Amino acid sequence: MKRKLEISELIFKVLSYTLLTVFALGCLYPFLYAVSASLSGRHAVEYGQVVLFPKDVQFEAFQMMFQNNMFWNAYSNTLFLTCYGTIWALGVSILGAYALSKKRLLFRKTFNFFLVFTMWFSAGIVPQYLNYLDTQKVFRAIGIMDDKWLVVIAMGMAAMNIILLRNAFENVPGEIEEAAIVDGATEFQVLSKVYIPMSKSTIATVALFFAISRWNGYFWARQMISNANEHPLQVFIRLQLEMYTDPEQMAGWNRAYASDSVIYALIICSIIPILIIYPFIQKYFAKGTNAGGVKE
Amino acid sequence: MKVKAADYLVYDKVSGTYHENPEQLVRDDVEKHYWLHVGRTIVKDWRLYVMLVPMLLVFLFWRYFPMYELLGCFKVSDTVLPVSKQLFSGFSYFKRLLVGGDSLSSNFWMAMRNTFLLSFYGLCFGFPMPIILALFFNEIRSNAARSVYQVLTYLPKFMSTVVMTSLVTMLVKQGSIIGQMGIVSQALVKLGLISEEVGNAGLLNNPGFFRAIYQISGIWEGAGYDSIVYFAAIIAIAPTSYEAAQIDGANKWAQMRYVVLPSILSTIVIMLITRIGSLLNIGYEKVLLLYNTKTYVTADVISTLSYRTGLSGGAGTGIASAAEMMNNVVGMLLVIGANTIARKAANTSLY
Repeated sequence: MKRKLEISELIFKVLSYTLLTVFALGCLYPFLYAVSASLSGRHAVEYGQVVLFPKDVQFEAFQMMFQNNMFWNAYSNTLFLTCYGTIWALGVSILGAYALSKKRLLFRKTFNFFLVFTMWFSAGIVPQYLNYLDTQKVFRAIGIMDDKWLVVIAMGMAAMNIILLRNAFENVPGEIEEAAIVDGATEFQVLSKVYIPMSKSTIATVALFFAISRWNGYFWARQMISNANEHPLQVFIRLQLEMYTDPEQMAGWNRAYASDSVIYALIICSIIPILIIYPFIQKYFAKGTNAGGVKE
Repeated sequence: MKVKAADYLVYDKVSGTYHENPEQLVRDDVEKHYWLHVGRTIVKDWRLYVMLVPMLLVFLFWRYFPMYELLGCFKVSDTVLPVSKQLFSGFSYFKRLLVGGDSLSSNFWMAMRNTFLLSFYGLCFGFPMPIILALFFNEIRSNAARSVYQVLTYLPKFMSTVVMTSLVTMLVKQGSIIGQMGIVSQALVKLGLISEEVGNAGLLNNPGFFRAIYQISGIWEGAGYDSIVYFAAIIAIAPTSYEAAQIDGANKWAQMRYVVLPSILSTIVIMLITRIGSLLNIGYEKVLLLYNTKTYVTADVISTLSYRTGLSGGAGTGIASAAEMMNNVVGMLLVIGANTIARKAANTSLY
């Protein structure tokens, strides 16, 4: 049944398209501008002639970034923190969530409360800092001199993610576990051969959450990693921004490109890997939001 | 659990007699030798408990030990004595923060107000945006076009806080002439929304603009991504609901009012309550990365204040802990209250 388009419907349709277009372009524009500004010549950037497209194209800002060893160093540190941090957090979370999902676990409610309480109440920056300092001392005492390991092991565990995993494990039918036990599976085999394969998508989502929080982690990495060679990418970007936006330090700038172009180039370089993997991870991301929004 | 005499006997319908209840005897046994029972169960299922241990240790060391450290707010003074030696000797820090009458106390109240206001404005402006976006997405019938819009609006969510704040800093940066300002400042000056002097000084150096920048960058970053949950609720509406409304003569606004809104209301309520629950949990990272000494008046929140007080050469960790303690206790009450309401609202859905 084809109906005539009503006036109100038409207005709403036009309104949606217009406002969505404006908003979407507004979301996109800063990135486009960053690309253009990183590729434009010095005069064009410093006198506001770059609006949308690059002017007097140069690639030296990117070249300078790529020739900077600290940049690659920061990238490899971030990869280190992301890989090991995700593996560690995911491993601990899966084991804990599996145990918590079992009805026969004694003091289950107590353990759950132990976990959930940390979502209600966090100690705050200063006590956490003092705590990390103590951890650092302990780590140094047992011979772990790299602060990277402190960041990997001590930070980034999230009760919410463990609860997501626990809920997924609880939804696995108990009969399958019984069948596996009858076939002689040990507890660990039940987990690895039954539970993990049956909740793959939740595990992928949680792994993604951990990985993103590691990749984006800034504050504690800056506080706790004293050695500049161990700084992850986010800390590197911030330190570079602080340096390049300080007029005193930039007074003697005499290159063929603007100092701003370096910052924009750095920003572009740091989001390109995310853009490349974005299409592959998008569906897990959407799934996680829905689960997080509905479940407690 | 109170045990009744009747629990010990079960009536057997076949023979018409009573006999002893074996389950109750087991229950009795468990109760009498409770810890023995606990021990046996743990030994039987020891693998399960071993699996639990790493998680418990991680949370104990890096979530609960800081809470113990937080008790430093009750210390008398910042001497080298450990927390345990000075515990609960006074509320002097709280007193000084609340009614001290010095700059520390006025900074505390300023930070408290900023914390609340940043959240409150987020609730007023940031919260409705994803809902509006979801309604608009629903209007776009072509799947390809909608995907394009969605991908573009989700995009900023994938920046880290550092990258986002760096971009913001660059886009509104200061400049001695109009061309040297950030591109957004330039546009605002040319549109006549801000005067040239304001643009020259840099918007992030002006306390009057901090809240606006904070909210707008928040919307830019999160609105598209946050609309996912609302959009999922909208596409779950059965097409027959719209058809029925159309047959009853409902125009677009009436359909919005009587079909779409009631269907997503429970989602909105849950999200709203969750948001109110985290009212005082301002992301300190974003504030730390955007504020500077000139904008403390509007930008300083409790976490950043205690960070400066406690860590970078301020009045000491004790008083910083006291500020955070107050913030966190109020925050926790809000979260628990919100959770309770959410549970009730979710069970007895409003429509």
